[in-house]
Amino acid sequence: MPTDGVNNGRRRFLIATTSAVGATGVGLAAVPFIQSWQPSAKAQAVGAPVTVNIGALEPGQILKSQWRGQTIGILRRSEQTLDLLPSLDDRLRDPDSLESEQPSFASNEARALRPEYLVVNMHCTHLGCVPEVVPQVGPEPFDDDWKGGFFCPCHKSKFDMAGRVYKGVPAPTNLRIPPYSYIDDQTLLIGVDPVGEV
Amino acid sequence: MGKPASALSKKAGEFMNWIDERLPVTQFYNDHLAKYYAPKNFNFWYYMGSLALLVLVMQIVTGIFLTMHYKPSAEMAFASVEYIMRDVDWGWLIRYMHSTGASLFFIVVYLHMFRALLYGSHRKPRELLWVLGVLIYLALMAEAFMGYVLPWGQMSYWGAQVIINLFGAIPSIGEPLTEWIRGDYFISDATLNRFFALHVIAIPLALLVLVVLHLAALHQTGSNNPDGIEIKKHKDEQGIPLDGIPFHPYYTVKDIFGVAMFLLVFAFIIFFWPEAGGLFLEHDNFVPADPLVTPTHIKPVWYFTPFYAILKAVPDKLMGVMLMGASVVILFFVPWLDRSPVKSIRYRGLQYKIMLGLFTVAFIRLGMLGMAEGTPAQTIEMRVWTFVYFAYFVLLFFLSPKERTKPVPDRLTH
Repeated sequence: MPTDGVNNGRRRFLIATTSAVGATGVGLAAVPFIQSWQPSAKAQAVGAPVTVNIGALEPGQILKSQWRGQTIGILRRSEQTLDLLPSLDDRLRDPDSLESEQPSFASNEARALRPEYLVVNMHCTHLGCVPEVVPQVGPEPFDDDWKGGFFCPCHKSKFDMAGRVYKGVPAPTNLRIPPYSYIDDQTLLIGVDPVGEV
Repeated sequence: MGKPASALSKKAGEFMNWIDERLPVTQFYNDHLAKYYAPKNFNFWYYMGSLALLVLVMQIVTGIFLTMHYKPSAEMAFASVEYIMRDVDWGWLIRYMHSTGASLFFIVVYLHMFRALLYGSHRKPRELLWVLGVLIYLALMAEAFMGYVLPWGQMSYWGAQVIINLFGAIPSIGEPLTEWIRGDYFISDATLNRFFALHVIAIPLALLVLVVLHLAALHQTGSNNPDGIEIKKHKDEQGIPLDGIPFHPYYTVKDIFGVAMFLLVFAFIIFFWPEAGGLFLEHDNFVPADPLVTPTHIKPVWYFTPFYAILKAVPDKLMGVMLMGASVVILFFVPWLDRSPVKSIRYRGLQYKIMLGLFTVAFIRLGMLGMAEGTPAQTIEMRVWTFVYFAYFVLLFFLSPKERTKPVPDRLTH
């Protein structure tokens, strides 16, 4: 290639600008492909609130429902269960739910709108398994001094009867509480909080 | 009889010349087979590379045939796999070849990687060869994970749930990232459909490219050998290594023997033990995916359990995920962590033999504990072996330069 009379500065400038424009084009062209992985309009539309009838629920029983693809548990708690909650505080990582995810109405000790019913997103905050409910008080293979609660079979995370996480387990925060409200004493509306916000 | 034959061979020679002027077939054949000289002392461990290639081809062929019957939708996936097993002629065989092939792929690849640690095959000048190999291993892990999701059984579903949520541990971008990977707010049809696309097109293409690069890097430096000596140091007048033999026919014949032995084992598993007692195909995966119920004992397939045990050993989400990631990523750096003056274990000191032995035990034990129930005693044992696993790499870096080694011979020993 003849090199005499070549303007090297111009040549470098042209190579640099062409490369920059080309790279920008490739970057912009990638956007639609990356965005196509987001939840589709159809998936977003399925997230409507659900109503659940809780009339037949006995103390210690749990009812599972689905909202936005998440398993939502409704656990009816007895007086004794609720009385036990404060005694556990020093074994829990976040007893006052300061770092956990819940609507403001549920940042109390019972983590509920009405203490009797715990409405909780059942997915473990570690890696999303659904823990088992082990409501009985007494020694269990995974805990000699078990006070009742949730036990995750995947990675041994433990939560109390208010979904609060124990210390020394992999889950970082308490089980999440979804927004919900009561239509009447027997009917729960999951997805809408008492103020009417979704 | 001589004359017609020679006339024919003359014609054949002219034909090859015509081809070679347009496409370098003969040159390629010589460069990579007939005149590619490999060390003459390859042993059992050197079967694994060609076996890995064989399994890759089998996975691609059986995979293509499975896609002809499989339906990548949450509604139909499970039933379509059962349809393949029961109603498609020979469908069970093709599917068992594919599922058994996946596990054997990992066995072969683990032995292949272990061989490198034995004989220092990752050391200078083969660092890139090793790095490309680790990339292949990573692609293989992604490929296996997504393939395991496709039958849409309970383990498929909850395995996907756990693995995708690992990305959720990343601070601030974690949650949106998992949503982007799933394409929904939970593991759903969208997730299954895209995993199918990645499993059958994207990752296999990447794997093939990486394998070609791996072989290109191998043929650039030439193979290492059990003595860890460069055979290119001693060449005859024609420039042929004195301790080298042409790959074809010598190693093609050797590898064909290895293939025959391998296929014997492979066939035995397919016909008599396809689930391998729940190791290759887990029992819970014969139950259709149910988003409401997590199986009581959830674990990945055996080839991921060593890393899963490291995750389980740490009682903190982010730290666990980071340590598990580190346990794989650290493999990239092994060529630079090992600074011993000799390559092969034959001439290395007792210290390296003990370290590699402990590392091997740690990897196997972690694998076993990763599938176990997870009692408190097991958790403590997992922590011990996790420590041993990482200690291997740290000690390797600090102890290997001062290692007491044996004298290395100038030429191959046999």
